[in-house]
Amino acid sequence: MQTLKIAGKEFGSRLFLGTGKFGSSKQMEEAILASGSELVTVALKRVDLETETDNILSHLKHSHINLLPNTSGVRNAKEAVFAAQLAREAMETNWLKLEIHPDPKYLLPDAVETLKATEELAKLGFIVLPYIHADPVLCKQLENAGTAAVMPLGSPIGTNKGLKTIDFLEIIIEQSKVPVIVDAGIGAPSHAAHAMEIGADAVLVNTAIAVAGDPRKMALAFKMAVEAGRMAYEARLGSIKRYAEASSPLTSFLND
Amino acid sequence: MNFINIFESNDWEEIKSSIYSKTSQDVERALHASKIGLEEFKALISPAAEPYLEQLAARANQLTQKRFGKTIQLYAPMYLSNECNNICTYCGFSLDNKVKRKTLSDKEIIQEVEAIKTHGFNHILLVTGEANHTVHIDYFLKAIKLINPYFANISIEFQPLETDEYIRLHEAGVYSVLVYQETYHKEVYKTYHPKGKKSNFNYRLETPDRIGEAKMHKIGIGVLLGLEDWRVDSFYCALHLDYLQKKYWQTKYSVSFPRMRPAEGIIEPNVIVSDKNLVQLLCAYRLFNEDVELSISTRESEKFRNNVIRLGVTSMSAGSKTNPGGYAVEPESLEQFEISDERSVKEIAQIIVNAGYEPVYKDWQSEYK
Repeated sequence: MQTLKIAGKEFGSRLFLGTGKFGSSKQMEEAILASGSELVTVALKRVDLETETDNILSHLKHSHINLLPNTSGVRNAKEAVFAAQLAREAMETNWLKLEIHPDPKYLLPDAVETLKATEELAKLGFIVLPYIHADPVLCKQLENAGTAAVMPLGSPIGTNKGLKTIDFLEIIIEQSKVPVIVDAGIGAPSHAAHAMEIGADAVLVNTAIAVAGDPRKMALAFKMAVEAGRMAYEARLGSIKRYAEASSPLTSFLND
Repeated sequence: MNFINIFESNDWEEIKSSIYSKTSQDVERALHASKIGLEEFKALISPAAEPYLEQLAARANQLTQKRFGKTIQLYAPMYLSNECNNICTYCGFSLDNKVKRKTLSDKEIIQEVEAIKTHGFNHILLVTGEANHTVHIDYFLKAIKLINPYFANISIEFQPLETDEYIRLHEAGVYSVLVYQETYHKEVYKTYHPKGKKSNFNYRLETPDRIGEAKMHKIGIGVLLGLEDWRVDSFYCALHLDYLQKKYWQTKYSVSFPRMRPAEGIIEPNVIVSDKNLVQLLCAYRLFNEDVELSISTRESEKFRNNVIRLGVTSMSAGSKTNPGGYAVEPESLEQFEISDERSVKEIAQIIVNAGYEPVYKDWQSEYK
């Protein structure tokens, strides 16, 4: 399997995890270790920066695990830039998952504010991974703004509905010069495998693992699915044939 | 247009008869509906839904985990004052109750805050009565300035205020405002609130609109369970929630379920809301609204709280004191109501862990304004 490169950094695993919603930090840690993930996202608002032994961060201290702080809770670009700076200081990384959702009901990303924040954060030296709609034009604009990757949603966050945006994801993947990470809505290993088969560079999963009956086992299932999907992509899937081939060719007379 | 218009186009008795005429077919249709609206909510809170409690609970459990994960947010209430100019027939702080009145001084606020912090809290709910001459916007702003450095998230349950006052409180660091209508039965509201500013039903009803206009992050609503028919009152509350969420779409919402508890000098509940009723209501809310926060306080018993962790609830208070100064300054003074679950924060956290959930102490960054 080819290694994934984002902003010059190599990742052996193409599965990224969220750290919310787990029944305990220990359960979260076990699931992350089972998943083989090397990049996990942590909401700045959940981290207690005042205590040295924060319950979430203390369970993520493994040399292969990189932190990807996220700005969940901010409603516009201004708050996001501020949150990014706090996160950089607190978690000692300039990587950032940019999430701007002014709508707390469906947590849908604000394209206008996200583009604005990406521009500014890239200038401030952040490695920005923005959570966005599966909007191919926005992805190109984000590239111009200096984004390190794009994270289009498969379906509304937390819904486990899978790749409802697949037609747009395919366009994004075809056009993108930066890695495409399918974020949000991936509810089953088969969805993750499908995203990888169509050429996504990675997937980010949280709810489907955190809320599973056995999160550790589910994490392992996702690991295998992501690897299988990626391998299938690299092995070049046979194309789905849209027409049956006639047993007496229709155009053979041209060769007579 | 605000909620008054919608409120006035509904009739208490019509809603009541509509809820009570729901059948088991209505309930089953609601349980399997892809989108549960207000009509389905009526079916789910109707007597006809009582035999379906286990199915309601299973769906509520699954939907809550999908949205909130296996977590319970913990918070502490802190009473700043029990001075009150209202007469509310069900409240221990009512003007006509001859109890010692107290409003915390700056020094006492800090003392209380430091005591609360030792239990690990990062989310706090500030509560007062309604005494506009002494406990007013300037007092609130000063108190919040003192409290802000200690907590990631501040909620308030003060008397209804004006929009510009909410804007100032939001800028000062308040994240959410709770204001319960107590009952949506306009005629009897007056008998429960015979005197004081609170007796103005419409002003209270419009308060969530003012909070929304002030762009507060979260609005908490609810009814006092025990005053009037809980099914009808809860329907109005759901209608209110639905209206607010569509209008102030950038705001989060929470619903609380205060059930009447014994307190000094107050009336008996008019209607009894059983544990079964309350579970039905909690679950119905979750099915109706997947993202609303549902809160259960220490008014409820240990057994009830142990078991509703898995039934749609997303936040709980713990180790609460309902008297100003109750944590450190004057632990023996009179409470607004007797709490039922007197276990310590540590014990509550352990109960949550035992249920397979994670107690969350911090889920906000005070710098996000």
